[in-house]
Amino acid sequence: MTTELILAGFGGQGILFAGKILAYCGLMAGKELSWLPSYGPEMRGGTANCSVCISDEPIGSPLVTHPDCLIAMNGPSYVKFVNAVKPNGLILLDNSVVEETETRADVKTIALPATDMATEQGLNGSANMILLGRMLTETKLFDLDTVQKAMEKCIPPKRAHLIAANMQAVKLGAESK
Amino acid sequence: MERSLMKGNEALAEAAIRAGCKCFFGYPITPQTELSAYMAKKMQKAGGVFLQAESEIAAINMVLGATSTGVRAMTSSSSPGISLKAEGISYMAGSDLPGVIINVQRGGPGLGSIQPAQSDYYQATHAMGHGDFHIFVFAPSSVQEMVDMVTLAFDKADQYRMPAMILADGLLGQMMEPVTFPEPMKNLPDKSDWATNGHKKQRAHHIINSLFLDPEQLEQKVKERFARYATVEANETQAESYLCDDAEIVVTAYGASARVAKSAVNAVRKEGIKAGLFRPITLWPFPKTELQNATKSAKQILDVEMSMGQMVDDVRLATECRIPVSFFGRTGGVIPTPAEVLAELKKLAGGAE
Amino acid sequence: MAVVFERPKSLLDVPTHFCPGCGHGIVHRLVCEVLDEMDIEGDTIGVVPVGCSVMSYDYFGCDVIEAPHGRAPAVATGVKRSNPDKFVFTYQGDGDLAAIGTAETVHSGTRGENLVIIFINNTTYGMTGGQMAPTTMPGQVTQTTPYGRDPKYAGYPIRVCEMMATLTGVALAQRVAVDSVPHIREAKKAIRKAFENEKAQKGLSIIEVLSTCPTNWGMAPQEAMQFVKEKMSSYYPLGVYKDRAAGEEEQA
Repeated sequence: MTTELILAGFGGQGILFAGKILAYCGLMAGKELSWLPSYGPEMRGGTANCSVCISDEPIGSPLVTHPDCLIAMNGPSYVKFVNAVKPNGLILLDNSVVEETETRADVKTIALPATDMATEQGLNGSANMILLGRMLTETKLFDLDTVQKAMEKCIPPKRAHLIAANMQAVKLGAESK
Repeated sequence: MERSLMKGNEALAEAAIRAGCKCFFGYPITPQTELSAYMAKKMQKAGGVFLQAESEIAAINMVLGATSTGVRAMTSSSSPGISLKAEGISYMAGSDLPGVIINVQRGGPGLGSIQPAQSDYYQATHAMGHGDFHIFVFAPSSVQEMVDMVTLAFDKADQYRMPAMILADGLLGQMMEPVTFPEPMKNLPDKSDWATNGHKKQRAHHIINSLFLDPEQLEQKVKERFARYATVEANETQAESYLCDDAEIVVTAYGASARVAKSAVNAVRKEGIKAGLFRPITLWPFPKTELQNATKSAKQILDVEMSMGQMVDDVRLATECRIPVSFFGRTGGVIPTPAEVLAELKKLAGGAE
Repeated sequence: MAVVFERPKSLLDVPTHFCPGCGHGIVHRLVCEVLDEMDIEGDTIGVVPVGCSVMSYDYFGCDVIEAPHGRAPAVATGVKRSNPDKFVFTYQGDGDLAAIGTAETVHSGTRGENLVIIFINNTTYGMTGGQMAPTTMPGQVTQTTPYGRDPKYAGYPIRVCEMMATLTGVALAQRVAVDSVPHIREAKKAIRKAFENEKAQKGLSIIEVLSTCPTNWGMAPQEAMQFVKEKMSSYYPLGVYKDRAAGEEEQA
């Protein structure tokens, strides 16, 4: 089985990092995986996105054009990718930021005020982790133990103090209704 | 060995350090910059040299200087920068110097785009500079292969005293995949019979040179080199044949586009279309015999590239034009999708039946 | 009988291709005398250019690399960085060093590469038959300035030592000439100092040598020497333009 995801938002929202955590989950779980970022001038304050593939088989094209799941953290990204999502796919969006309200009938859309939730809990900048947590609850792609291991592997030792806050945000998202 | 997760660009750098690369000389250019950054971080700690040169031209000439003394040296760039290195690569080939050059290709010509492309195939395989010469061209299609091929490139470059290029692209350079690394190489080849590293008054002086004013002498030199190239062509080709045994349509693709093509082949197989994938791993020497073997049952060939079809000629020549070759590609930095290739395959299958 | 004059051991016993009256032979000899005196021939790698001294790999007894046009300082950088315990020098003409290789020259200087550049300034491209060089003086006739170099049209010459002296990484920038015995002795001292700087890891030393090209200047050898003395030395004054060994402070 292969799960293809696109994570998209403004540069600085931690889109690439959230994708990396997902990729490291794949690594820790012994899966085949790929992570491919958008790159170029758009990184300098514009929109950023990354493609993540998690599979039991070797990955073909790492560029995801029709994701099973989209995490959109800003309006332009939602507009850009909403129609690319596979039928019966999943969209998670941060409706603290995304103003668009039109949704697709053939896709499950979950709107979470992730940025506001993060601020309320003193977890500024962790909206990406909240959305990631909720996505994992919906897809059952990886359990939280795997996420913990992924963070330990991915985050360098000198930033290890950030793991707890990130995990708190993942859990907040995972348990959100 | 433990799997780790790394960007292709970083994996190339780590693999080079493990392959005993002593010197890296580079100049910033997207989309290969992570390679230089990794080298800057790690190379000196590993006892080697990282130096940011004033230009691509200077960087390749620093490689020329370092490899002249017998050490393993490397430079990396992306398409526009490789054009600037062409002079140095020709001199290296003309001086029988090894050395590894990485090209993380982007769209061209000119400044082009910074997105992945494969439009430097002609340059790498047919005209990497002025004069009669060849270089090794390796085309990895995964981050793991990037690692494996860096080691291979250094070994083959030393063995045959030829420059070797890793022809990658922005997609492979930027993506992360799990990789395992080989143990650092300990025993590097002895080059004391030709290296210019000081004769200690114990031998005649060594000269590294590509100038031969006497045309007969130069002709002789070039012919000797071409005899070596013939050995390379006989012994060093590599290719992957995937589901080609009964394939009626064989897709030819290398590097990143081979990944896309493989997805498409798998998809059309499910629909009963007998498709296979032939992936050259060495672009020079081109795996002619392997392609002939892989196309024994083929009625058609579809060449897929991120260019306007630069490998098509080599495919036609290798199959002696016995099988019609169609082409599908995207260029300028656009990555073809499996769906697009799938549609091409269906079109061809429909036409054939 | 006492030997009073002999060929330096590190200068190979082969006929050179240089024209009668050309200064290259003198400078080759000076470099090799220094290699002998310091007993470093076996630990030295020379990098020669494209130009009249392209075939100097056949004359210098040390290991030699023939570099692409203008790239000798980059090649030398690669050699030196991978072999910091060896002596490395480049030997370059004016077209090679100050036209096509300007970037390599300036940046090896500003990086303070610990090597020696021997720069032969004879105001012309000798190998290709006497075209305008970056050091061709105003009014000077060459194949490509047949009516004399007009700075308004062809631009001005580069004074290399003056330019290199502005770079923090340069340890020594000195202009010498080989037009007379006292000047040749001075040139030898400067070359020796450059290699001593390399030994002491002081950074880049560039010795600019005003030299002759009788063939392309259309002069007899003696006239050519006179030209260096009267015309070149006034446009390119001899002297030390920078000398870190003399206690000059560096500012980062």
